[in-house]
Formats: sequence, structure tokens, C-alpha cells
Amino acid sequence: MADRHLEPDTPELRARWGKFAFSKAWEAKAKAAIARYPAGRQRSAVMALLDYAQRQVGEETQTQGWLPIPVMEYVAAYLDMPIIRVVEVASFYTMYNLVPVGRFHVQVCGTTPCMLRGSDDILAACKKRGMAKGHTSDDGLWTLTEVECMGNCASAPMVQINDDNFEDLTADRLDAVLDALAAGKSPKAGTQEPGRHTVEPSGGPTTLKQMVKANHDYRGDW
Amino acid sequence: MPKVTVDGVEIEVPQGATVLQACELAGKEIPRFCYHERLSIAGNCRMCLVEVKPGPPKPQASCALPTSEGQEIRTDSEMVKKAREGVMEFLLINHPLDCPICDQGGECDLQDQAVAYGRGHSRFHEAKRAVTEKYMGPLINTVMTRCIQCTRCVRFSEEIAGVDEIGALYRGENMQITTYLERAATHEMSANVIDLCPVGALTSRPYAFEARPWELKKTLSIDVSDACGANIRLDARGREVLRILPRVNDDVNEEWISDKARFQVDGLTRRRLDKPWLRRDGKLVAATWAEAFEAVSKINPGKSVAVVAGDLVDCETMFAAKALAGALGSSLLEGRQTGLDYDCSSLAAVNFNSGLAGIEDADAILIVGSQVRWEAPLVQTRLRKAVKCGAKVFVVGPEWEATYPASFLGTDLAVLDKLPKDAEAAFKAAQRPALILGGAGLGKGALDACLALAAKYKLVRDGWNGFNVLHMAAARMGGLMLGYAQKGGIADLVKAKPKMLISLGADEVDYTRFADSMIVYIGHHGDKGAHAADVILPAAAFSEKPGTYVNTEGRVQWADKAVFAPGDAREDWTILRAMADALGVSVGFDSFEGLRAAMAKAVPALGREGLADYGALPKGKAGAKGSIEAYPIKDFYLTNPIARASVTMQRCSAELLHGETFAEAAE
Repeated sequence: MADRHLEPDTPELRARWGKFAFSKAWEAKAKAAIARYPAGRQRSAVMALLDYAQRQVGEETQTQGWLPIPVMEYVAAYLDMPIIRVVEVASFYTMYNLVPVGRFHVQVCGTTPCMLRGSDDILAACKKRGMAKGHTSDDGLWTLTEVECMGNCASAPMVQINDDNFEDLTADRLDAVLDALAAGKSPKAGTQEPGRHTVEPSGGPTTLKQMVKANHDYRGDW
Repeated sequence: MPKVTVDGVEIEVPQGATVLQACELAGKEIPRFCYHERLSIAGNCRMCLVEVKPGPPKPQASCALPTSEGQEIRTDSEMVKKAREGVMEFLLINHPLDCPICDQGGECDLQDQAVAYGRGHSRFHEAKRAVTEKYMGPLINTVMTRCIQCTRCVRFSEEIAGVDEIGALYRGENMQITTYLERAATHEMSANVIDLCPVGALTSRPYAFEARPWELKKTLSIDVSDACGANIRLDARGREVLRILPRVNDDVNEEWISDKARFQVDGLTRRRLDKPWLRRDGKLVAATWAEAFEAVSKINPGKSVAVVAGDLVDCETMFAAKALAGALGSSLLEGRQTGLDYDCSSLAAVNFNSGLAGIEDADAILIVGSQVRWEAPLVQTRLRKAVKCGAKVFVVGPEWEATYPASFLGTDLAVLDKLPKDAEAAFKAAQRPALILGGAGLGKGALDACLALAAKYKLVRDGWNGFNVLHMAAARMGGLMLGYAQKGGIADLVKAKPKMLISLGADEVDYTRFADSMIVYIGHHGDKGAHAADVILPAAAFSEKPGTYVNTEGRVQWADKAVFAPGDAREDWTILRAMADALGVSVGFDSFEGLRAAMAKAVPALGREGLADYGALPKGKAGAKGSIEAYPIKDFYLTNPIARASVTMQRCSAELLHGETFAEAAE
């Protein structure tokens, strides 16, 4: 996070993105987002619109997408608000990418619960595949970022890749996920632990065991 | 009105006051960085912590906490002391201790408060944060590592200036204050963030490394760059005024001044006339005072004298020149250099009657031929406040970039006789309707039609006078009070073909029309007037003489003398007094006090500080013709001879208005 910066405003950037405009599908979503707020409060929709713009950029570049300066200016003009306010929002939230990212944006959680459950191994596995923190790999496939808590502590360690979370990872499981992604498949999102569905206790329930099969009235036990 | 107890003393505070304001009312000093009376409350520096009961048992930020009945506030408890020390220690974690090379040193809030409320040492041994330099234009010097993120500058540009150009990017420890893509701040009031910045992050670029505040002699003065008469302080060292800062006056400039008022100061030492000059064989040659007065007495004009006053002169100078012309038997006086000839029989009709502070209360405003943003940036901030409170603004004239929603009604003046429906409705419904007539409107003869409009929509009503004329020259209202207005304007002077034309620093006059006159120029800068002059008598700029100025709302204000005029230059009134001797007439005063007394006798209003009374508004007649094609100010930064001589203003003009780029020297 510390090394976030805006992509420099170059003539090439202007040439590539200067004509950016919402496609029909995203425009409809943008209109819907603006309609959620009272008239004259359209700038409340800035976060949604930045997200849509980033996704459209992603579609155009076959990546997760990012926010070039001309695109932020487009959003500012779309919402009739000062550009500096848009950049403030985009630079505040780390989910907005300020520089180009690869096809898959691998965001490894390194906060305490994940770290205790082995996020160091996950990072090492990523680095073994040639990724480096804050960089996009040469083939344009991977961008590695270390992020703070994503709220999946019960199934730590976890990695977020584009819109999906992959949890209960080990180095091997991560390799399998990344291989599948690289091969163009869509691996199952969520926990990677066999037999686990979401974040229920692994190895079966430890409390309310009698509730597993049928509803059970515990009140008599109190 | 809630009653609260501050440190054991019970006081009553206004409804809605914050705890910080309550403490101030009780006479307690609360340290603060982000809180500012004229900006919205941010509550992010945490320096104003106090103990409040009832409430959670922890220190609370007093700036953002409303008072309520029966609150017990303590500013002197152990908890408060510890809290302040803690906040100060945190603030200093990332603040470089470079006070010896910081321009803010000696007038720095952080420095003062660290001494008063800090612990005296830090327990932080890790590396400090550093922030990359930011560019904010030719006026603002930035050292962003010193920034403590109070966001006063962000709030100023958004709320007061109305141009969102400064923002806080990134978050947490990485938060950085910057303009968008590090472009120069372009607003006319942008440099006020220098005063607002409580640390040395934003300092004055032209004044960088010039002086320490304790070396400077402070003189109270009045700004002459526009007709608002902003209250300023001249900071001088030796014979040079080094900087200009605003003074607080809620009736005039609150605590802002325009960038031109602040930074034209370096023009005071450049292109100065520091010795008399005479035109011999078409060429100006340096002379002595004796030779100059000999030349003046040789002109021997008799009654054939006219006086034209410039935009920057004080009332004393104009009165002395009037006395001289009167002694010679002439009453040809004019101050409206560019040929305006509006009717001045009633000064109420050419005055900013609602007052600079009063215009804030207006709820419907019609601007006729005035680009307020350039002609009076201070009025612009007042209009912005009015619009924030719901006022509607309509403008007749070419479009300009307003910092508030304004509807432009076109350039045709006929619209004054029949306002469009929405404007008509707004004016009919308005409790306090106002009209602002600017120079472009006066030039097209719209004064009569505007007076008629004032009667039609009852701009003058109980306790409210909404008829306003916005002048651009600091000398204008004073000149009009002293009779510097001919019926036909300057054309009357041309027609009279005076043998001698006394020019009091008049640099906007078309002197080719006075080809047959001997032009005696009494002024301080080698500008257009000096180029046309036959005799140049070097005089004092506004910083070098005491003087009386009347601003566009008719407020009489006195300025003091900060430094002496350079070289052989003298104060204007002494030159005119000596000229009287050279021409063999008597003007009736021998000292500055005598001059002031004579002036107060002739025009009593000029002898009293404060608003002058001009009586009732005369009636006008409808029927405006013509259209406003352009505004008089073509370049905001170069409107007067001092600004034109100023390197800073020249660069502002080139960079901010004409888009030139300047390479920055590596530091």
C-alpha cells in the first residue's frame, strides 16, 4: 500500500484513454447507481462509477482493470464534480488500481490471522512463480499485492484473485489454483479444504452437534 | 442558551456553540491546528482535547463537540495536559525538526504550541516519513514533509475560494496534500492558504528565505490593488517592504486578501522613479528638483490647468492637487482615466450601498457588467457565501467562470428593462434583492437603467439598500468625494486644452489626446504616464506615505507610512506644496496635519474613519441600450503600475493566464 502512486499523465496515456466512455452495459449500471441518490447528489455514486470504469478498462485490456487519469476525469465530468475529489476517493481505497495490473491480480492477505496460518508460505509460493510484490509479471498474467485483512480469518490463509477469494490455502493448493487460472479454467472459489463448504469448523462441528441431522431442542439441557 | 462550566466558572454560551468556543468565551486558550473560525470543522488534528462531563471518561475534541446544558468542561486537568502532550508527540513524529531553515520559524503554530503544550522530547527513534515535493504554482512554496494534514488549505479552496483544486490523496501515514496533477493553484485568492497553514508546509514563494518575522517592522496599511480597501499589514526591513499580510476586519476583507494585493509588493522596488526627469528635445533627461520646479514655473499655465488622478492615489494627494488647481483658478479635475462619464451628482448612486459584508445577506443578486472575480475577489467570496445561503445570481455581460451557480442573461443591456421570467420571479420574491453594477456597465451608460430597476424592484427598503456600484480603483470613491469628476468625464479635460496637465500617477490615460498640454507627472513608477510626461516629479507609493483611502462601499480608512520613498522621491503632497510655490500661489497648508485638517473641513466625511453617508438614492430612468462586449480588466495580475513592475505578478500572468511553463531549478 505504501507504494501506491498515480500512473504519470503522459501523452501516450491520453492517446490510449482520452476517448474513454462507458459502454452501453456499464452506462446502464452507472445510471442505476446515480438514480439511487436524490437529484443533485449524483456525486455520491462516485465509488460505484469508479468501480464500473475500472471493470470496463479491465474488459478492454483483459485484466482486472485500473483507473488511468483520463478515465478518472471522465468519471468526474460524468458526475459533475471536481476531479481532485475523484482522485481522493480512488487513491484512498486500495480496491481501485492506480497503475495497470495483470490478467490476475493476486492479493495475498498478510494480516496476523493469515500470517499465523502460513501466509508467508503463500507469498513464497507466489514469488517462486516469478511474481514480485507490486509488480506485474512479464507475461502480463500476474500482479502480486500484499493486502491487509479481507475478513476471511476463519479460513485463513487466503488470497483474493480478481473477484474471487481462495481460502484455506497451502502452497500446493495455491499452485493448483494458479495453474488452473493460467490454463484458462475457473477453479472453485472459496475454501480449498476438501470437505469444507464455507467457514464452518473444519473437521465437523464442535458445538450443537445434535443439530447436524435434525432440529434439536437444547432447552431441557440448560 | 446553554449554561456550561469551564474550569469551575459558569458561563452562558450561544445556542449551537462548540465546546472550544465556550472555552474561548471563558478566556481559556485551547491549542488547535485544524480548527479555523472561517472554515468548516474537520476535527482531525486532535490538539483541542478537553475533559467534558457528562460523557465518556476520556478526552474529547472540543472543536467538534457541541455544548449542552450543564456541561462541565475542564481545560486544566491532568488528563487534558497528558492528552495534549500525547497529541503533540504524535504530530511531531513525522514533522521534520528543520525550524532553523523553515520560513515559518518564529510565527509557526506548531512551534509555539510545542513549546506551550509539548513534552520537550520525543520517544520516537524510528525513521520519519518524507513526502515528495509538490508544485502549487509561482506563489506557494511547498515543503510537504512538514505537513501535519490539518486540511485547512483543502477546506479553504473548496469553501472560500470555490475552486476545488487542493486535495488529500492516499490515506493514513501516506496521506499527501496536493493540487490535481501538481498543477498551479489558479484562484485569485489562492495564496491565503499560506496564512492558513499552521506549519511551514505552505509558505510564500517570493518571500522565501528573505527575513525572519522578528526582524520586520509592521505597519498598518490599506490595499490599493482594487477598490475593496482590504486591511493589510506591511512588513518592512530597512528601506524595503518585504511582504504584505492581511489584517482581520470582518467588515471589509474578513482575513483574506487577493494574490495581487499580497504579491505585488516586489513591484515597489522596481521601475521606480527616484529622481526628477525633464523632457528635452523629445528625450527624458535626469534633473534636480530645482530644475524640475523651474521647468514647472516656466510653463506658467495661469488658469489653464487640469488634474487627472490615478487609481492608486490617496485622498490627501488629490486634495492637495485640487487646492493647487483651485488656487490657480481651475476646477478641471478628473479621476476616471479611461473616459467613463457616469453622473456623479449623487454619490449614493455610485456607491456599494449594501456594504461588502452586507452583500452576504442578499437573496437575489443581479450583476451588471462586472467580472467580480477579477474586479474584486473579496466581493466574490462574499457572493459565494450568499449563494451558499440560497441567493440566486444573475449576470448581464459576457460569461466568466463564476465559482458559484450563476445564470448569464446575455450581453444585451435591454434585458434590464425587462428581466427574464426566472430573474423577475427571483427578484419579486426576494427579501433583500441586490444589484451590482460594474465598470463595464457604467461604461455603457447603464447607471440610469439600473437606478430605474432599483426603484422597480424596491432594492432600497427597510434596513436594506441593495443598490451597489463596484469600482476597481482604490482612489475612485475618495476622488468622487473630492470632486474628481467632470460632467463629460475626461473628454471635458481634452476639450479645455489645458496648458498644463497634472497627472497624479495616472497610467491608464490616453495621453495622445493631450498632445498640446505640458504633462507634469507626479507618480512613483516609470509606467505609461511617465512615458508621456514632460516633467516627472518622483513621488511616493502607497507604502511610503500616510494616506486616507475610501473603498467602494464608502468606507474611509487610514493607512500609515511603512518606509521612505527611494532616492529623491518625496511624498506627493510636499511636491504639490512646492509646486504651488513655484507657480506663485498659496494652497493654504504647510504641513500634513494642516492638509488633513483642511481636507476634513472641505469634506467632513474624509475626516472620520468609517462609512460615509451619501444620502438617498436618486431616481433613474429606464431605457438601457447597447451591449456589454468585454470587461475592463484584461489581465488580473497586471492592473496597476506596481503590479506591472512586479516580477511575481508578471510570472503569474504568464504562467496562470497565458499558459507559459517555467522550468523549476533543482534544489
